[in-house]
This record gives sequence, structure tokens and C-alpha cells, in this order.
Amino acid sequence: MSNALAQASVQAFVKLQPQQAIKSPVMLVVWVGTVLALGMTANSVINGKDYGFELASSLILFFTLWFANFAEAIAEARGRGQAASLKATRRDLTAQLLRESEEPIAVSASQLKAGDKVLVEAGQFVPADGEIILGVATINESALTGESAPVLREAGTDHSGVIAGTKVLNGTITVLVTAEAGHSFLDKMISLVEGTNRQKTPNELALTVLLAALTLVFLIAVATLPAMAAFVGIELDLLMLIALVVCLIPTTIAGLLPAIGIAGMNRALAANVVAKSGKAVEVAGDIDTLLLDKTGTITFGDRQATAFFALPGVAQSELVRGAVLCSVQDPTPEGKSVVRLAQEQGAAAENLPDNAQFIPFSAQTRLSGVQLDSGEHWVKGAADAVKKWAQSRGLAVPNNLDPIVTKVAQQGATPLVVANQQRILGVIQLSDVIKPGVAERFAELRALGVRTIMVTGDNPITAGAIAAAAGVDDFVAEARPEDKLALIRREQALGRLVAMVGDGTNDAPALAQADVGLAMNSGTQAAKEAGNMVDLDSDPTKLLAVVEVGKQLLITRGALTTFSLANDVAKYFVIVPAVFAAAMPGIAALNFMQLPDPKMAVLSALIFNALIIPALIPLALKGVKIRAISAEKLLRNNMLIFGLGGVLLPFAAIKLIDILLNWMF
Amino acid sequence: MDVLLILALALLLAWPLGAYMTGIFSGQKHWSDKVFAPVEKGIFKILGINASAGMNWKSYGIAFLISNLVLGVIAFLLLMFQHVLPMNPDGIGPLSWDLALHTAVSFLTNTNQQHYSGQAQLSYLSQGFVIVTLQFVTPAMGLAVCLAVLRGLMGGRNVKDAEEGEERDLGNYYQDTVRAVLRLMLPLAAVVALLLASQGVPSTYQASPTVPVVEQGQASVDQLTEQKIPLGPVAAMVAIKQLGTNGGGWYGPNSANPLENPTPVANAIETIALVLIPIAIVFMAGGLLRQRGFARMSLAVMGFLSLFCVGAAIYSEQQPNAAFSGLAEQAGNMEGKEVRFGTDLSALWATLTTQTSNGSVNAMHDSLNPVAALVTRSGMLINAIWGGIGCGFVNFIVYVWIAVFIAGLMIGRTPEIFGRKLEKTEISWLGVLLVLPSAVILTFTAITVAIPAITGNSNPGLHGIAQVFYEYTSAFANNGSGFEGLGDNTPWWNISCVIVLLLGRYLPLVIPLVIAGLLAKKRQIPFSNGTLPLHNLTFGVTLVTVILILNFLSFLPSMVLGPIGEALELTSIAGDLK
Repeated sequence: MSNALAQASVQAFVKLQPQQAIKSPVMLVVWVGTVLALGMTANSVINGKDYGFELASSLILFFTLWFANFAEAIAEARGRGQAASLKATRRDLTAQLLRESEEPIAVSASQLKAGDKVLVEAGQFVPADGEIILGVATINESALTGESAPVLREAGTDHSGVIAGTKVLNGTITVLVTAEAGHSFLDKMISLVEGTNRQKTPNELALTVLLAALTLVFLIAVATLPAMAAFVGIELDLLMLIALVVCLIPTTIAGLLPAIGIAGMNRALAANVVAKSGKAVEVAGDIDTLLLDKTGTITFGDRQATAFFALPGVAQSELVRGAVLCSVQDPTPEGKSVVRLAQEQGAAAENLPDNAQFIPFSAQTRLSGVQLDSGEHWVKGAADAVKKWAQSRGLAVPNNLDPIVTKVAQQGATPLVVANQQRILGVIQLSDVIKPGVAERFAELRALGVRTIMVTGDNPITAGAIAAAAGVDDFVAEARPEDKLALIRREQALGRLVAMVGDGTNDAPALAQADVGLAMNSGTQAAKEAGNMVDLDSDPTKLLAVVEVGKQLLITRGALTTFSLANDVAKYFVIVPAVFAAAMPGIAALNFMQLPDPKMAVLSALIFNALIIPALIPLALKGVKIRAISAEKLLRNNMLIFGLGGVLLPFAAIKLIDILLNWMF
Repeated sequence: MDVLLILALALLLAWPLGAYMTGIFSGQKHWSDKVFAPVEKGIFKILGINASAGMNWKSYGIAFLISNLVLGVIAFLLLMFQHVLPMNPDGIGPLSWDLALHTAVSFLTNTNQQHYSGQAQLSYLSQGFVIVTLQFVTPAMGLAVCLAVLRGLMGGRNVKDAEEGEERDLGNYYQDTVRAVLRLMLPLAAVVALLLASQGVPSTYQASPTVPVVEQGQASVDQLTEQKIPLGPVAAMVAIKQLGTNGGGWYGPNSANPLENPTPVANAIETIALVLIPIAIVFMAGGLLRQRGFARMSLAVMGFLSLFCVGAAIYSEQQPNAAFSGLAEQAGNMEGKEVRFGTDLSALWATLTTQTSNGSVNAMHDSLNPVAALVTRSGMLINAIWGGIGCGFVNFIVYVWIAVFIAGLMIGRTPEIFGRKLEKTEISWLGVLLVLPSAVILTFTAITVAIPAITGNSNPGLHGIAQVFYEYTSAFANNGSGFEGLGDNTPWWNISCVIVLLLGRYLPLVIPLVIAGLLAKKRQIPFSNGTLPLHNLTFGVTLVTVILILNFLSFLPSMVLGPIGEALELTSIAGDLK
């Protein structure tokens, strides 16, 4: 980090060049002021006059500029740090290029063109971004995502995308190259993060315009003073007027604005989300509706046993024992979860006799179970399948079975009925388990005004139950892929901004239609092309984090703008009395901060004005903390902290600096 | 007490008036159609205008500007040639070209800044047709633009069936203007004129009678044995001057003249008439926008600022004039005031007339104590505490847009108003409006004081700057009140004020119209928890802060060289005397 600091310090000097300074109208004014002040210092030195005040002012102005540049440079340096680790993955890669009916030839990855086909074998690195068109492989993407567990990628599925620099662990694949070296979305992202290719986002542009207008207002307010003062025979000190302008124009926010933007992108990247533009991240803060797939986002995606319901007259332990017996050798996740639940409930571990014969699930019987030599026969399966099985053996179906089955189904769970050779014992409840913390997350989003809609292929009853438990605002059941697109259009027609997550090729149209489309890195190339962000972790809940990053970006800008303007009130009461002190003794009444010396007072205000920039760099980089409260409360809190705080803080700080200065000199 | 009574009455009357205005401008059937619809049809037929056609922001703006140009040229010509035109029983001569231009523009912009001296320099034709016609029509035009802006905020009249990005129908400019004159200004003015006539305000077309002077044989007037008392349809003109945020009186001294404002009741009526329509517009906006909460917040913000200023001004005038400090007089500051009205009612009028861009006076603002002088000036600089008819609420919306932009960022969403996003294009236009007041007022003040020969000051020093500053502020705010004591009928003053008047009238009306037109086309985002609510205390406080800080930051330094500096000087002089 110290390296980054040193780098940023140097960069801050480089950015002092006029062609760099011109980018921000506010800082340009400071730049011109600095040059003028330096000129006046030189003039005083040459004429042998006292130049202390001139020199001190020049230096403080210079550091105001330098601090602003430093803020931008440090944000860029941090971005570069993150980008460097990404870049490291794609150095010196070689590729086995496949030509028509030829043996693969080894070429440098940098020579690959889009449309080339390359062969990647176990142990090799993927040379370029692309899509598997043949074969299946497990791939280690840890270099990119930090996640060490390998992922499966297969041609013709929704998980066919591969990224340059990731390592094939086993399998052999043919990859169709989709992006040339230097043009992959990751390359674009890297340049975005580094700030070299940064485009200002829409809100940032609007704010820049507003700040420029305010700057012009202050320039006019000060530039017209000398003429008015001359009318009453007062001559104003030019340096004092420069100080007045610099203190009034919103240098704090203007100096930190680039850093805030870059840091926002960095935060997205820190969450392993690659945004294709800064705009996409900003728009995420405006999202009104989140479209979420049930499976994988809201629930874990596999059904797990969550309860045993014994029929009247059947001991709970007998049902549990039966359920365990027919599941011990069941390799499916459902089967394993039955054994796990039984153990959690304190059932003894069951060891099957060696000669037990496992009956696997089949599409015909739709049940699975176990047959023991002793003649015992245990099965579990869908209610109608077990009923048929029982009836075929002449067993009675108790009347109170159906109510239990219906009750479980109505809760959005799947009932599995357990029976043995003698009778039907009871029901296992298999539920789609909602990920921990999801409901709280949705509640937070709702407080921020974001609606969540769950999309699922489940039937309406199951979907409704899960929707209620997860606390989503709405759900679409029995959804087909094209329904997502229709839903997005419908929401947009109501004026809402929609975000969605997708990975499959058939998600691509919806990803493109959505205002924020977050594609999973594991997804197909089509999905990644269509979305405007890619999540390297392929974690659908990441969308929630992205919304927060977007909001934070805007809040930080708004808060610091307010703070910057609020500061002006105090600065006025310092500098205006100082400017007129010599000519209008009565003005001392405005100097209620009791700053004894006008020049020291001006220097104190300038020093505060300069130091507040580095003091706020950490806030600009981290972003204002966001809490899940309503817009009104959010505004009230921020107005109190940055508005009222912005008015009061400089009074105290400038007084303190002034006391220090007067004590020192 | 009478101050509170007047304010309460104004508010009480504005409420039903606002409801009536909502009715006539909502485009729905209204009971007033029976009376006025045939008249309106006749007018449109004569003018050859299709008043039912909708206009987008461009055609609306062009119609507004062209109709102003036409009226302006006619007014200028009438004033230039009043000596050869009829209805001039007193044989009044022509105005100089620059004075005629200034007078025409001043009344065209609903400012009524008078560099001529009322009754003495204008014929009955000029008073009756140029002045009074413009006094009726120009507030109606301002109101029309305000209506278009309000419609734009809600997506235009065709919001239901227009596509995103399609130009929106902001109403018909001619219909709005004619309705505002016929259904609002005329009936109200008739009522107020009758009330004033009942209090003794003259109402006649006879030539001025000649009477013997009251105090015969005094040294200063021993040459003078008789005087002319100028009369005319004064009650009618005073009614519209007060109601239409016009301010140009029949007589030079305006409502300080006993013929314009004879009794305490007349004074109360005229004070209420000052703020009646501007307050009613806030109620109307709530009705037209179907945003009662927003209207309540607006009313609260304006009411708070207004009352605060009234309180400060009254307190200030109750203090003795600093020049008399230590002498016998310890009552309030009575310099430049009518004894009949006293400090409180004069301060109330001064505050309201500057807030509403009216500019009529019942006391001389030049003689106000510094704090009250600051209050009058703040009212004009803010120009959105009630404000002029139409333009006041438009200015208020501009402040709302700026506050929404900053507050919107602070809650983490692209700033939006009523579901429509404020983006770079809109902010760029707002930026122009932000820079405009200081650019115009301060630049012209600086130029004028830089060349003392052209100022025509009656006072040296800080008060001289204050006079110049006030004149341009009053012109830019389309207020029209004067600090007086300024020899302002010179080519420099006339022409520079014409420029300031035009910039202060048309840009602050047309630019918001552009912004509203751009906003109207945008996709409307439904209200949610994450939307910035505009109807609560938090936003109200934010808005007040934005209004105060923007003006404070823009004008504090120059105020120091004007009223603030003066106040400080006066207090230190007073201290020395003691």
C-alpha cells in the first residue's frame, strides 16, 4: 500500500499539467488562482517587499490542487492494484490453434482472433475468453475469483463459458475464441478500473455541470466586488479576493469527484462483479424491481427433508426408522437429507444388513426403498405411487393420510410417503430450503424501495409458499424463459427500472432488455454479451450488493456536495470580514469568531479548505455507509450529518487552525 | 394584530380562489363556462386562433414570446406618439424614445418600474390602454407559462396515450392567457375596484380639476395659489396594479398617495390584493398536479419565509432611525412613511410587495432601516416567496428542482421529481438560471458604479451602491419598486434597465418551460419507498436551506458593500454618538 501511496503522490504532480487541470472547471479556477498567487509572490520578492502572506497562500493553494489530484491518483492506484492481479492471469499464455483438418499448432495467445478454435487439455490454461464447443472440463477459476473449488464447464449447456487465464483441471475441450487479446470484457474492465478509460457517468456529468454553474456564480460575486468597493474608495487586496473565490467554489466535492467514481467501480470489482461501464453501476442504484430466479438465488435449489409426520397410531420412531432404512443407500441429495434430519432429531444410526437389497428410484415405480432378507420391505415415494404400491399388496390406505399430504403440499413442500410391508407409516416433508439471510436482505431492499419478484418453474402453490417465506413482493410461477422478457417489459412499461440475473442463452434477450443485467461468469457467452455486468463468482445474490454499490456512489456524491456548500457559510464569516477589515472598521461585527489578524484568518480558511480534501479521501473511497431506511430518513440523516455538520465543523476547525497559526507566528 | 388579521384573511381568501383557478384551468367542464365560453369563442374567432389545439413546449414558448413582441411594439408606439393620439385632455407631451422603450418593456414584463412620473407624463390613452391593458394581460401570460410548466411536470395533457420520448401537450397558450384575463383578472379587479371606490379612490375620466392650495401665503409656496389635482379611473388601475403583481400606480408616490390609498380599510384591501393570487396559485398547483402534499409543503416553505421576513421587517421599523439615535425621537422609524399607516403596516406592505414581485409601495423603501432594507432586497432576490403571478411559482419550482437534485443524490437515486429524472440536459438549463441573477444584477451594478457619472445617485457611499443594486435587483426580479432618490430617467438607466428587465422576465420563464417540456417526455417511475418524498418536513427544510444558502452565497459580498455595511456603519455611528 505504501507503494501505492508513493505512486499516487507522484501521479498527483503529473496531474498538475494544464491539460489535466482543465478537466474540472472548479479545479481549473484553483489552478489559475495558484498561478496568480505565485506571480504575486515573485513580484513581492523582486521588489523586496514582505512576501510571507503571498508565499503561504501560494503554497496552500498549490496543495489544494495537489490533494485533489492525490485523491484521484490514490483511487486509480487502488484500482490498478486490483486490476494487476487480474492481469497476472493472462501473461504469456500459449494456445493450440486448430485449423481445418490439421494438427493443432502452438501460437502465442496474443495472436488469437475472434472465431479461432483452440484445443485446451488438462493442466493447460485457457488462452482466451471463449465458449466450449466440444467437450467437458473441470476448471479452476481461482485466479479470477479467489474461489478454489473447481467448476464444471460443458459444451452446449448454459455453463459453457471459459475465461482466459483459468486452468483446466481435467478433460479436453475445444474453445471458440470470442474476444481477442486486449479486447475481452475483462480487459475493458481493467482499463475502466484503472481510470485511464473512464467515462463520466450521467449523474456525475450532471453534478459537474451544477458545480461549474456554482463556480461561475462565485466568480461573478467576487469579480464585481472591486468596482463596487472603488465607488466608496476602498481598494481590495487581489490575493484576498483569490482566497475568497477558492474558498467559496466547491473544491471539496470537485476534488473528490473523480475518486468517488473510481472507488465505486473498485467496490464493484472487490465484490467480484465486472461492470462493462460505470453507468451500469450507477444505474444499479436506481433499480426499482429485482427479478430473481428462485433456484440458486432464493433457495439452495435442492429439496431437503425438513419434518416427519407419523400417521395416528404409528410411533414417530418407527416412521423415522423406516425413512432412514430406505434412504441409507439412496445417493440423491433428498435421500441424504432424510438421514441427516433423522440424525439431527436423535435417531440411532441404522446399519443395514449386508444382504439388504436397495431398490433405486425408477420412472415407472416412482418410489425407492430397501428389501431385507427378513422379509421386511420399506419404500418411500410420491403419495399416489406409494398408495398404488400398498393397494397392490392389499394394504389399507388410512383416511388421514391425504390430509397430511395435502397440508405439506400447500406449504410449498413435497410430501414423500413411507410404508412397509404391513402398513403406511407417515410422511416425510421435503422442502426447498431458503438460504439464510435472504428474507432480511429483501426486507432491507424493500425499505430502500426495491421490489423483488421471484421467478420459478414451480406450480403456484409451491411458489406462493416459498415467496411468502422468503418475503419477496411478488412471484411468477410456472414461468418459461420467455416469460422473463415479458415481465421485464411489463415492469418497464410501468416506468420501473429492472435488474435481473441470468446465465443461459435463453436468458440473453431478458438480460439485454433489463436495465441492469448481471450475467453469471459460468454462463454462456451469449448471456455474458447481453448483460452489462458479469459476476465472477456466479453468485446470483450478488445483485443485491450491486444495488448497494450504486446507491452508495450517488449518496457519497450528494453528501459531499452538501458538505462542500455548507462549509461556505463559515468561510464567508471568516474571509469577508478579513477582506473589508482595513477599509470598514464596522465589519468587525461580522467577525464573531474573533479571529484577530485578517491575514491569518484568510490563511486559516485556506488551510481548512485544503486539508478537508485529504481528510475526506477515506470517506470518498469507502463510500458513505448505506443503511436500509426509507428515503426520508436517509435524507434527514445525511442533511444532519453533512448539511448541519458541514455548517458547524468549519467554524470550529478554522478557529482552531487560527489559534495554532497565531501561536506559531 | 392588524398585520396578522390581514395575512389570515389573505390566506383564507386564497384557498377558494385556488380551487376556482384549478377548475378553470384543469381543462374539465366548469360552471364558469356558461358565462365566459361564448365570449372566449368570439375572441378566438376574431383573432383567428384555434384555442383547442395542444401545444408542446416549443410552440407554447414561441407563442408566448411572439405575443409579447407584438404587444411590446404596440405599447412602445402608443407611448411615443401619445401627444398626437386622442384621450389627452391635459395635453401631455411625448416621452423620449428611451423612456418610452423603458416604460413599454417595464409594463410588458409585469414589472412596472417607473422612470416616468405617473400622472404627469402619461395621457389617459397611455395610462388606460398601454399601462392598464398590460397590467391585465402580462400577469395572465406569466400564469399561462406557469400552467404549462405544471402540466409538463405531470407529463402533459396527453400523458395517458403518449409514448416515452414523444412531445407532450402542455396546453394552449392563447386559451390559458385569455381565460386568465377573462375569468380571473377581470372579475377580481372589478370587485377590488368597487371596494376601493367605496373607500374614496377616484374613478373618473374627467380632466383634472383645479383647486386653491391648502396653505395659502406660506413663504415656499407664495407664488402658488392654485393646483391641479390629477384624477382618472384610479380605482380600477389600483385594483389591477395590486392584484396583478404589477405595482405601477396612477400617481408617482403610488399607494402612499392618499388618493390611491385613502383609508385603513383601503390599505388592508390593497395589501390582501398584493398576495391574493400568488398564494392562490400554490393551492391551484396542488389541484392541477393532484399533489396536495406538495402544495402543502410549498405553502409551508413560502409561508415560513414570508412570515419570518415580515417579522424581521416590522421589528426593524419599530426601531428608531439610527440618525436620530440619542435625540428626542425614540419611536419607530417614521422617515418616508405615511403617519396614517405607521411602521407595522408599512413594513408589512414593503415585505409583501417585494416578495410578490409587485413593487407598489405605501412607504419609501429608500428610508427603511437596514434590516428591513435587507428583507425587501432578499424578497426580490429569492423571488419565489409567493412571487409574481405565474413566474413566482415557476421560480419556486426551479428551487425545488435544485433541491431535488442535491437531495436525490443524497438518498442514492438519480434525482427525480414526480417520477421524472433530472439529468444533465435539465441541470445544464438549471445552471443557466443559477448563474443568471448574479451575472445580471452584479455585473450591471458593478458597471454602473464604476462610472459614477452615470449613476445619478442622490447619496454617496454605501447607500449609493445600495440604490444602484436595488434598482437592478428590482428590474431583474420584475418587481418595479424603487429605492427612489435615483435620477433614473437617463438613457443609461433606461436602456440598461430594459436589458435587465428582458433577461429577468423571459429567461426565468422560458427556460423552466424548456425543462418542463424535456421532463414531460420522460418515462415516469412509480412512487416507492425509495422515492424522495416532497411533501414532508425534511424536504421542506432542505428546500428552505437551498433557497437561503444559494442566495446568501451569491449576494453576501455585494450586500456587505450595501445594506449590511450600511447597517454596521450606522450602528457604529450610533455607538459613537452615545
